[in-house]
Amino acid sequence: MPPYLQLVQQVRQALLLGYLRRGDQLPTVKEVVGTLTINPNTVVKAYRQLENEGVVEAKPGQGTFVTAEVEAVAPGDFTRLRRSLERWVRDAQAAGLDDDTVTALIAAVRNDVRAEGAA
Amino acid sequence: MTAALEAEGLGMRFGRAWALRECSVSVPAGSVVALVGPNGAGKTTLMHLVCGLLRPSEGRVRVFGGDAGGTAEALARVGFVAQEHPLYRGMTVAELLRMGQALNPGFDRALAELRLAALDIPLVKRAGALSGGQQAQVSLALALAKRPRLLVLDEPLANLDPVARRDFSRTLMSAVAEDEVTVLLSSHVIADLEAVCDRLVVLNRGSVRLDGAIEDVLAAHRLLSGPRDAATDVPGVVRAVHSERHSDLLVRTGPEETAVHPVWQQHRVGLEELILAYLESPAVTR
Repeated sequence: MPPYLQLVQQVRQALLLGYLRRGDQLPTVKEVVGTLTINPNTVVKAYRQLENEGVVEAKPGQGTFVTAEVEAVAPGDFTRLRRSLERWVRDAQAAGLDDDTVTALIAAVRNDVRAEGAA
Repeated sequence: MTAALEAEGLGMRFGRAWALRECSVSVPAGSVVALVGPNGAGKTTLMHLVCGLLRPSEGRVRVFGGDAGGTAEALARVGFVAQEHPLYRGMTVAELLRMGQALNPGFDRALAELRLAALDIPLVKRAGALSGGQQAQVSLALALAKRPRLLVLDEPLANLDPVARRDFSRTLMSAVAEDEVTVLLSSHVIADLEAVCDRLVVLNRGSVRLDGAIEDVLAAHRLLSGPRDAATDVPGVVRAVHSERHSDLLVRTGPEETAVHPVWQQHRVGLEELILAYLESPAVTR
């Protein structure tokens, strides 16, 4: 995956997991570059992509702010789901499943459940 | 928009030997270009031509539209750090800064002092008493204080330990973000380049093998793996490794996704593998 898409995905995931909320300011390009030692053009490109997707908005002279509204998972649910998933992933690893198989299995189960819901 | 750097049919001959031949490269302003190639490929020659330290035997090279090295203004636009970041070892950092100021119109000494203070590099120390990483940082600060629009760095990461390499890259990236400087840097350390550079120029035996945005270049190549007897039908092979019945090919598919016969398994290629393929001879038999 190109480096700029990795940044885009990190922001998206941070939003979904509640680490970022609407109105939060993303670090400036200079700050990202200083922390991650990456090319500033990569950061600019990632922010532009997020802007095109409607996730953030760049306010000239102020910075880049999160505009997307994500329905936050209730903290209790989040912790409970995370713990049970952790147990499952450890179980899968112990059974010898590699990362790709784990991801494929989760996608397959999700599709099955979705199909049941639609039926 | 004017290119930061434009070489057309550039050639440099030393005696009877051509160090660089028919070199055409275009670098958009604001990019960070990795110049990669084995020893003797012509990297340093190209850099010296860009800085005006050499006059081309044929062709031409322009920096922001002006002949490289043609005028004092053209020279002022380019900052250069030579291999092993040479400094006058007996001079203190403060003396080096004073000299830089005396020799370069528009030299921003305050900026250099600020950068060096942020890195805890004492101005009273002699250059020879600094660590390798600190010497590299002083060289970079001197070059940046010139306020160049194009910064040329010859093997800036060589002989630095991993921490010093990271620190150097970080300073460089901050400068790109703050001063909007275009960077051309040569390196053997391919692994360090992917995050830092957005363009790639591969030189081998004095000619350009590859020139483009890293993302585009990676998207335009595939690794194919399949039966050896089908290997002759595949176009655009950069490097082929054959075993008795099986072949691994690295092919240039171009920007458009091209259909490849289904006997071939396709994979995306990593930057290091791609560069190595271009540096090796065209076909390798195993």
